[in-house]
Amino acid sequence: MTTAMKAKAAPRTGVDWFLLLIKSVMFFFIATGVLLFIFQQIDPGNPIASRLNDDATGLTADQFEGLVIAGLSQGAMYGLIALGYSMVYGVLGFINFAHGEVFMVGAMTGMITSNKLHEAGAWESNFVPSLLFIVLLSIVVSTLTAVVMERVAYRPLRGSPRLIPLITSIGVSFFIQNVSVVLLGPGAKSYPALPDWLSKKRDIWFISIEGTRLLVVLVAAVSMVGLWYLVERTKTGKAMRAVAEDKEIASLMGINVNRIIVTTFAVGGAMAGVAGILWGIMFRSVIHTTGFLPGIKAFSAAVVGGIGNLNGAMAGGLSLGSAEAIAPLVILEPWGVSGVSQLRDAVAFSVLILVLLVKPTGLFGERLSSEDRG
Amino acid sequence: MSDSPRSGATPLLEMRGVNTHYGAVHILKDVELSIYPGELVCLLGGNASGKSTTLKTLLGMVTPTSGDVVLDGEVVNGQPTSYLVERGVTMVPENRRLFKRLSVKENLELGAYLRTDKDGIQRDLERIYGLFPRVYERLAQKSGTLSGGEQQMVAMGRALMSNPRVLLMDEPSMGLAPALVQTNFQLIQQIHEEGVAIFMVEQNANMALSIADRGWVLQTGRVVLDDTADALLANPELRASYLGEA
Repeated sequence: MTTAMKAKAAPRTGVDWFLLLIKSVMFFFIATGVLLFIFQQIDPGNPIASRLNDDATGLTADQFEGLVIAGLSQGAMYGLIALGYSMVYGVLGFINFAHGEVFMVGAMTGMITSNKLHEAGAWESNFVPSLLFIVLLSIVVSTLTAVVMERVAYRPLRGSPRLIPLITSIGVSFFIQNVSVVLLGPGAKSYPALPDWLSKKRDIWFISIEGTRLLVVLVAAVSMVGLWYLVERTKTGKAMRAVAEDKEIASLMGINVNRIIVTTFAVGGAMAGVAGILWGIMFRSVIHTTGFLPGIKAFSAAVVGGIGNLNGAMAGGLSLGSAEAIAPLVILEPWGVSGVSQLRDAVAFSVLILVLLVKPTGLFGERLSSEDRG
Repeated sequence: MSDSPRSGATPLLEMRGVNTHYGAVHILKDVELSIYPGELVCLLGGNASGKSTTLKTLLGMVTPTSGDVVLDGEVVNGQPTSYLVERGVTMVPENRRLFKRLSVKENLELGAYLRTDKDGIQRDLERIYGLFPRVYERLAQKSGTLSGGEQQMVAMGRALMSNPRVLLMDEPSMGLAPALVQTNFQLIQQIHEEGVAIFMVEQNANMALSIADRGWVLQTGRVVLDDTADALLANPELRASYLGEA
């Protein structure tokens, strides 16, 4: 019997009504917010718009464009990290909560190396080779971190209930954060300044975008294409998909399942390393907790997109990033909520809850892999 | 069917006095089996008689606690499954177990995962298209969307892609519509006629014995009967317990 049939047959329970109520309230809140925003845009002084928010000013086209670009570039970064969560979930069926720390390790590696290069003067004189060097080094260190993590913390637990590696991953996460404090101290550290030609705003076609954000989007796009090629077009990718679906039969084909799992961690780690450097050059500041919030948001992005689905991870990242940049000003501000730009985290997780309420399998969600095995 | 080729030839795959345990539970008890090149043999037995464990042990997924699994005269206990697959042993698993989210073509290609001879792989793909024209029509489709009969063909094709010398089949008629069971046994015979040895584990004893050369009956982990298929079909004990004497 399929779940759809069960759902149809079962009468609505109190919980169903409660969820319906939450859904309705959220949709009312969002729809009204957007409607008020439209009134504001037409005329900030009109009585409907100003009843809830006296200070309503609306957004200029430039401001709106800025929000979209900021949201998408931030979202591309979430997407890169989300790929690691999704890949590991696809293959092993558990959430590796320490993946955010792999990203932090990447950002830290970049911080240390770029400062060393800065001291030596190479950062300024040879910026592009320096940047490529720190990206490469960060990929190597992050990949190693992810692979060692799998070997030391997760492989011994293979075959135990899923909750156990999940909790272990939280422990690994704290461990890596604390190692970072021990080695590098608890304070925030900064990246050296970027050359003007990279950080300045530039007009491309009809949009105006900062060079760093453009770089983030381009790198994310290239990584995504590379990953797609690996997973869909290579023998290793085919083996990964086979292992994700049925480990026993995959090994019957002669696939070395452990090696494929290590590869999955390595590829996810490499993506997180790239994201770490992008984070470093965009915000220029890292601390041992840098991995936490982006990690949790990337995990949410993976769930929003449909966990286990790689296109979904990137789409989830982009939608979560844009939502948290745009929604505070478009939905919350018209309601008269103050200090909206500080509510981005709340918005991001509301998006997660909303998507789970409406489509529990996520935007690109197929059935979860455990059901396929049944 | 030919007579048993026991005399003279070396067996392809053997079990010599194999015992296996899952924890404290003794599953296989002193099992002796031998499969010779090119023959079609079957292992019969009810639920929990140890049939699946026998297959897993032959493929190195379960290591015997005593006794040996022998391939071409070499003891292969403790070797990984890939070692056996590379040397020509493969299995069509119970319920087919295709990679449902992968295309039919990808499923077939995974069967040849350990092979590096591109020309040979291409030749074998074409051989399988010839054997199962229906499979060829559905190459790009996700294998989960195929009918049971078509999935069975893909599962056999996938196993054949490793270029096996012996094909282990776990309950090939399980879960197939009655009309397909007959076709299925014809396909098995067809593969056998191409020179592949077949070791079949079945509950459908009548059908299995009608195409097999020899057979064994397994009861709670012990081989209780070991004879030619004709003799087994005529065995009154077996008729009573498995063949549904009417």
